[in-house]
Amino acid sequence: MASRSVAQVEEQEKSDLEGIEVHLLTEGIYQHYGFDFRDYSMPSLRRRLWKRVYAEGLTTISALQDKVLHDSSSMERLLLDLSINVTAMFRDPTFYLAFRQKIVPLLRTYPFVRIWHAGCSTGEEVYSMAILLQEEGLYDRCRIYATDINEAVLQRAKDGIFPLNTMQENTANYIAAGGNGTFSGYYTARYDYAMFRPSLRENVVFAQHNLVTDASFNHFNVIFCRNVLIYFNNRLQDRVQELFLNSMEMFGILGLGKKETIRYTNVFSNYEEIDAEERLYRRIR
Amino acid sequence: MTVVERRRNWSPVTERRDRAAVIAPDRSPELIVIGCSLGGMNALQVILSNLTHDFCVPIAVAQHRHKKSNEGLPAYFRRQTDLRVVDAEDKQWIQPGHVYLAPADYHLLIERNGLRGELSLSVDEAVRYSRPSIDVLFESAADAYQERVVAVVLTGANDDGSRGAARIKARGGIVIAQEPETAEAPAMPRATIEAVQVDRILRLEDIAPFLTEVCHPTVSRS
Repeated sequence: MASRSVAQVEEQEKSDLEGIEVHLLTEGIYQHYGFDFRDYSMPSLRRRLWKRVYAEGLTTISALQDKVLHDSSSMERLLLDLSINVTAMFRDPTFYLAFRQKIVPLLRTYPFVRIWHAGCSTGEEVYSMAILLQEEGLYDRCRIYATDINEAVLQRAKDGIFPLNTMQENTANYIAAGGNGTFSGYYTARYDYAMFRPSLRENVVFAQHNLVTDASFNHFNVIFCRNVLIYFNNRLQDRVQELFLNSMEMFGILGLGKKETIRYTNVFSNYEEIDAEERLYRRIR
Repeated sequence: MTVVERRRNWSPVTERRDRAAVIAPDRSPELIVIGCSLGGMNALQVILSNLTHDFCVPIAVAQHRHKKSNEGLPAYFRRQTDLRVVDAEDKQWIQPGHVYLAPADYHLLIERNGLRGELSLSVDEAVRYSRPSIDVLFESAADAYQERVVAVVLTGANDDGSRGAARIKARGGIVIAQEPETAEAPAMPRATIEAVQVDRILRLEDIAPFLTEVCHPTVSRS
């Protein structure tokens, strides 16, 4: 039997110690700033924390704790690291295609549709949905509430200005998602940026909302939360799913990210699958 | 010697593992992580088709695949093996007899929830141009499973996996690399061999038997 070397024992202690440091940091941030990252999924949280540790020129997570607690600008930067989710317009085009084909006909039967886009990040998918609803002639009776934990990120979403070099991919996604217009008609190219038409955000309310600590603020016919819950651990996913359930009209639609599922959460029995592959569910109880 | 020092020196034997030395981990592996890139389809197929249906240590795979690649990949591998090959879902429990593929355009990470292992996904930016990234999978596996991980670096045209392999070794796990001469693209296993002291360099066809031996010693000896 091979014994573990001293170096390996030290490595293991370092790893356990790192767990303690992460715990202390998130507890400190919660008590001082009120942002609650205590139930974030550990492996992603660790990676993001280490990225900030290096960016701040530090060497340990404890040092980062010292810095963010005493320097709120450092906390702002960490908050950006922890809240920006890299996305694209019409990310997973088949999701939008399924929404167009299976959900839009249901929404046509409603006089007014309230949509909550939870964790909208920089807004690419909000504009995607606005385009889809305009093309389907539904936009005028929709109100989209686009929320995110981070004000700075929300401001970018409000601006609706995205890098021009992403438009090629966005256009391909738009077509694959069943777009029936000309994608370039939705934006104006200016230098390296694409500015999206203000009419797309006419019925969008951008607001700060923290899924972890804030309560329900309305009832919705559709709730999107795509590739946000993957950053939460099981316990927190359960809590947020309960928040969604309490904010959902009967027969309301829940749309998740392509590899997210409600199967492992407490609300599983409250929904039926409309499109299992595309993670579209409908509340039935 | 202070109490702290005694605790630190608790494991007295520092043994430099020779590449030819017998690998007998003090606790049997609980997870296998595999990284592959260019040429990985064929290499994975050779390994998975040579593991028997009772091979119960779960396997997580990060294969560089195109963003738009669809569900066809797990279905393809299912035809080649008796193991249950699936695209990983977020917060899915890690179960014996399963092979979890990192989904296209997501990082796959390993998490511990008490005694249970779980899969976790992320859409953080690509790491060294790759999402899924092999380093991300390996590093999180090392953090979650410590020395009870076997990492396998297969064919590929870049150096992804070498940093993750270093973390696996640092935590006491086992790292094996495909013999570069038998790899369609030798750069990736070569980078790992240069970066860490790997436990084995194996021809592609010898990898499945090795995994069986190290994970199921009683089976292979009887």
